[in-house]
Formats: sequence, structure tokens, C-alpha cells
Amino acid sequence: MGVAVSIQQLVKYFGSLRALDGVSLEIAEGEFFGLLGPNGAGKTTLISCLAGLVRPDQGQLSVMGYDVHGDYREARRRLGVVPQELVFDPFFSVRETLRIQSGYFGIRNNDAWIDEILENLDLTAKANVNMRRLSGGMKRRVLVAQALVHKPPVIVLDEPTAGVDVELRQGLWQFVQRLNREGHTVILTTHYLEEAEALCGRIAMLKQGRVVALDTTSNLLARVPGHTLNLRLANAASLPLALRARATQNEGCWIFRLAGFDEIEHLLAEIRVAGGVIEDLRLTQADLEDVFVAVMQGAEAREQAVSR
Amino acid sequence: MSGFRTLLYKEVLRFWKVSFQTVAAPVLTALLYLLIFSHVLDAQVQVHNVRYAAFLIPGLVMMSVLQNAFANSSSSLIQSKVMGSVIFILLPPISYVEFFLAYVVAAMLRGLMVGLGVLVVTGWFASLSFVAPGWILVFAIIGGGIMGSLGMIAGIWADKFDQLSGFQNFLIMPLTMLSGVFYSIHSLPVFWQRVSHFNPVFYMIDGFRFGFFGVSDVAPATSLAVVAVSFLVVALTTLALLRSGYKLRY
Ligand SMILES: Nc1ncnc2c1ncn2[C@@H]1O[C@H](COP(=O)(O)OP(=O)(O)OP(=O)(O)O)[C@@H](O)[C@H]1O
Ligand SMILES: [Mg+2]
Repeated sequence: MGVAVSIQQLVKYFGSLRALDGVSLEIAEGEFFGLLGPNGAGKTTLISCLAGLVRPDQGQLSVMGYDVHGDYREARRRLGVVPQELVFDPFFSVRETLRIQSGYFGIRNNDAWIDEILENLDLTAKANVNMRRLSGGMKRRVLVAQALVHKPPVIVLDEPTAGVDVELRQGLWQFVQRLNREGHTVILTTHYLEEAEALCGRIAMLKQGRVVALDTTSNLLARVPGHTLNLRLANAASLPLALRARATQNEGCWIFRLAGFDEIEHLLAEIRVAGGVIEDLRLTQADLEDVFVAVMQGAEAREQAVSR
Repeated sequence: MSGFRTLLYKEVLRFWKVSFQTVAAPVLTALLYLLIFSHVLDAQVQVHNVRYAAFLIPGLVMMSVLQNAFANSSSSLIQSKVMGSVIFILLPPISYVEFFLAYVVAAMLRGLMVGLGVLVVTGWFASLSFVAPGWILVFAIIGGGIMGSLGMIAGIWADKFDQLSGFQNFLIMPLTMLSGVFYSIHSLPVFWQRVSHFNPVFYMIDGFRFGFFGVSDVAPATSLAVVAVSFLVVALTTLALLRSGYKLRY
């Protein structure tokens, strides 16, 4: 498989703010790639550099082998971007918007594909409605549709599910997964980490313009080992003092981090002996959110260590 | 060039969909100017040996062409910048030359459409002659091109609507109003005649008017030279801005 997107030593300043601080990433054709990070990490800036909307101060970018600056026509033809901001052109209907967008890419008579996109994004009924009359979530769907009119091999979605209802979110993911199966490379940013966990094969985490983690989703999940046991006791006081040191309390629950399943048995036995009555019990596995928190804290700690 | 074609189509569709404001309204404004000024002055004043109403009409037509060409590209750009929809034309593989041509040609078309409207409506009120229609067309087209291009510069430069209206009120309006639309500059004191010669819009109006009456303050070939050079300067400036991505690509 070839390289779909290559980003080398990307640096971008906004005034004195270093929004991107030497980012290098390589995304292979056919990947479903997640770009995560807190607000202001530089995700949108990175995407904008890739799309030619922002001019980097340093670094090389290419899409399907075409340089984003030098070979901009070829690069842009291969890239579809769903922007984070909810933007629309108030003069046109949904269909006009999509026809015009097709024309920009040199595609005429694109109605068959436009109809298919509309169908998949549940917009068929709104095809001839003016953009101004759509709800926020529908406007976002049109943005997705606009990014797809030219069947780009690389699709970038910058928080496509913000403000979108459950049904469409599922419809959208089915559609995007289908495109991914058909060979399109997908790059996704989202703050819904369970979405990223379920969809992305590989994930980069960005913080203050730097890549602080880059790995397959399963490897990332393995970084935070073990399980978490949530216990609610009939009377909170009945937890033996010896156990309290190992637990943290949260909203009346005792939370234990366990390295293995065998610990559970001992734990429950001790509670029983002390006369504790269990009201509720939940066992959860570490998820991407735990990983995210751990990675961000790790990055912070390293930074402090360096600055000291 | 399909990027150009679609962008041009979009720009024309944009103003055509609101043609009541973008075409009909300026025609009405020009008609009101004509009615008021010719009511006051038609009986007393003759310029270049034609009655005032007949003298005024070509000026009003050209003023409408120029102002609407400017308004079209500038308002389209600022609107899409403020709304954020400008990214729809920044993401596709459209070159800056195509970008420039589409916006300028659309602006010209709107200018010419309004100008034609003004001519048709005001033509009832005076007997006009068309001595040299070639000059009329040439000046209308290049004039519209200059203003459409200037509108692009203003639309790219302005971040907010009030900055744009500043540009319009303090530059475009004075230049067009003081260009000899309402008078022949020979009626001005010598000092102001000289000043008028530094106003490129004066040459656009004067050359345009020559096409109707065959008389003008300046030889039409001289006006054409000034207007052509102005177009070149403004167009090259606009192209340089677009190429650099100034205020469009950060
Ligand atoms: N046009 C701009 N001018 C100045 N600063 C900017 C501009 N765009 C972004 N920034 C700054 O660059 C940094 C990165 O912004 P960016 O939008 O890339 O973050 P993000 O990771 O997409 O955040 P979010 O999750 O909130 O969308 C921020 O500090 C932001 O304030
Ligand atoms: Mg963002």
C-alpha cells in the first residue's frame, strides 16, 4: 500500500504562537486514522495545512504523492475536507451547492453520485431546500456531502459529528466505513473518544502542536493495563481500613484499579469478612479516554521535567 | 478551465437570485437621479451642445456600470469571508487566475446588465444618439473590469462590512461622483479641471460619453490609453494579492 498522506517536520506560527511544532506523520492508503488532542492542540491547523488553507512556515506535505504546494491541483483533487466550522453559502439550495462544488473539481453531470450521497446522508428530502432553511445538523451533513462530490481518495473529517443526532451519526459512520472499505483513506478528528476507539485503526495524539502519541488503537489501549472495579456498599463505613488505602472514592463508590482478575476474589472476600454488603458492582476495561488522559499527563510531566 | 466556468456561473447566479436588489434597485436609483436633475436643469443647461438630460444619461449609465461592478465582487468576497464559505472555493483545484477572471467577468456582467437597464429606462426621457457604439462598449467593458478588480481588492482586504463601506464611501463614491457624470469638467475652475485629470474614472466616463455624442473633453484614444493602463495596474495588483494568498490563505 502506498502513502496517502505524508507530513514532514511541519511548523506553523500564528504570530508568536507555535501552533504546529514539528509534526511528522505518515498515513498509508486505506487507513482509518484518528487525530486526537485537546482544544487548541493544532488538529484543525494541521488539516488546514494539508488542504492548502494555511501556509506552513516549514515542512513538507503531500497527498497521494502530490506536493500540497507545488502540485496543488493534483493534491486538492485527491482530498476532501469536512471543515470544523459550520459554514454554508446562503444563496443556494442543497443540490445547487453540490453541483457547483462538483463543477469546481471539473465534474459535470454528477447527479447520480450526488443522489447517492444525499441518500446516504439522509438529505434526499432536503435536496431542493435553500441552505439557510436547514437545521444545524443538516448543514453539517451538507458539508460532508460537499467534501465527497469528487470522490476523493483521502477524506478528512474535522469533528463531523459535533451537533449531529444519534441516527445520523450512525448513518454517517456506516457510510464513511463503507468508503473506507472501498479504499478511501479516512482521517478523523473528534472529541468523542469512543467513536475514535471504535473506528480508527491508528491514532495520533497531538498536544500543543506536537505528536505525543502515535500507535495503533490496540497498542494504545494496551498502554493502560488492567481493569477498574467500581463498588457501592450498603454502608460506606464498612470498607475495611486496610482496603481504603488502595481505593479512591467517587460519588459514594469505591474504585479499585486491578492488575488481574484474581485480585477480585480476595477483595470481595475481605469485604465479606468485614461485614460489608455490596449494593452495586461494575467492572470496566481501560478505554481510550484513560489512555488519552494518561498520555496528556505524561506529556505534561515530561515538559515540566525538561523545563526544570 | 472548468473551475473558472463554474465559479463564473456561481457568481452570476448569486447576484441573479437577488436581482431585485442587485439589478432593479440601482436602475431605479439612476432613474431618480435623472428625473430630479433633468427636472431642475434640462431647460437651462446645455453641455457639448446637447440638452442636459441627454448629456446626463450616458454618465448615469457608466456610473451604474462602475458602481455595480465594484459592488458585485467586493460584496461577494466579503460575504463569503465573513460567512466562512470562502473555503469552498479555496479547497478545489482552482488557480488564482481562474479565480480572478471569474469574479471580474461576473462583476462586468452585473455592471453591464445594470447599465443596459439604466439606458433602457432613462432613454425614454431624452433623444440619444449613438455615434460610435464601439467606444461605448470598449469603455463599459474595461471600466467594469477595473471596478470589478478593485472590488476584489477591497473584498480581500476588508475583514468587516464597515471597512468595505469605508472603501466604497471614501474612495469609489468620490471618484465616480467627481468624474464628470453630472457636468463637463470644462465648466470647472482650472485647478479642479487639473485635479480631475488625475481621476481615472473621469476618462472612463468621458470616453464612454464620446461614443454617444462624438464630443468629449479629452480625445477618446487618450482616455482609452489611461483606462487600459489603469486596468492593467489594478488587475496585476489583484493577481499578485491572490497569488500570495493575502488574507485568504493564512
Ligand atoms: N487563524 C488563526 N490565527 C491565530 N491563531 C490561530 C488561528 N487558527 C488557530 N490558531 C491558534 O492555533 C492553535 C491551534 O488551533 P487549532 O484550531 O488547530 O486547534 P484544534 O486542535 O483544532 O482545537 P479544537 O479541538 O478546539 O478544534 C490555537 O491556539 C489557536 O488559537
Ligand atoms: Mg479544530
